[in-house]
Amino acid sequence: MLHITTLHYLILGAALFLLGVIGVLTRRNVVIVLMSIELILNAVNLNLVAFSHYWQGMPARFGGGPSALHGQIFSIFVITDAAAEAAVGLGILIAFFRNKETVNIDEVNLLKW
Amino acid sequence: MAPVATPFFFYLLAGIMVIGGILVITRRNPVHSALALIVTLLAQASIYLMLYAPFVAGVQIILYAGGIMVLFLFVIMLVSIERSMKERQFNSQWVIGIIAATALGGLFIAVYTKGRDIFPDGPPTMMEGDNTQKVASLLYGQYMFAFEIASLLLLVAIIGAVVMAKKRI
Repeated sequence: MLHITTLHYLILGAALFLLGVIGVLTRRNVVIVLMSIELILNAVNLNLVAFSHYWQGMPARFGGGPSALHGQIFSIFVITDAAAEAAVGLGILIAFFRNKETVNIDEVNLLKW
Repeated sequence: MAPVATPFFFYLLAGIMVIGGILVITRRNPVHSALALIVTLLAQASIYLMLYAPFVAGVQIILYAGGIMVLFLFVIMLVSIERSMKERQFNSQWVIGIIAATALGGLFIAVYTKGRDIFPDGPPTMMEGDNTQKVASLLYGQYMFAFEIASLLLLVAIIGAVVMAKKRI
């Protein structure tokens, strides 16, 4: 059977990214739009960890080797960003729902006048 | 120790992730979407384990599936979803959105087929088991400044969330 290479992980990440983009562009519910953003961030994380694994197999003179875990560090920072984004986004959603009694993203027009 | 049946588990987990992602963006009820997203995140944690990243897999389960998704479910309980479940679920530019996403997917496919030779086809290398220790020494050594910036970002996010969710802004 075929070996699983880095390209397989990249294709899986691209598929998840596209699902997230479709969700952001087509859904009306703000909660599901935020979940689609989480899907996009997870696809990026998958790519980063896959690149980190690939880079660990490179020879040390190119900066690789077993301690080259920069991709994993970066994915932890991306997870931190996702937590901050979810907290602020859901806070904005609660404030919006309190003002307009809806969660449809089409009706987010409070900044227009 | 050699990994057992890696392609089978990869395709199983990839199928679970893609089906979960499709369920996230198609369900009418946001609670069902959140549960599908939790399944996707857990499958992704297993994929991290296959990539020899156990620390990131643990962070994924604890922070994403345990923290962020609980926050999502909590907010879904706070806002009333009955009205929005009766309404149209997709907005009026959904055709253009799907066309744009398909174009982006075509771009991905073009780039990956052109750059296929960069990644070798051999079996992946085996790492030794001190992943968490190495992540910690990188995080508190080389990436110390970025770590502090991240803590500042979390402080700003806490204050922002509290201010946004207050009764009177």
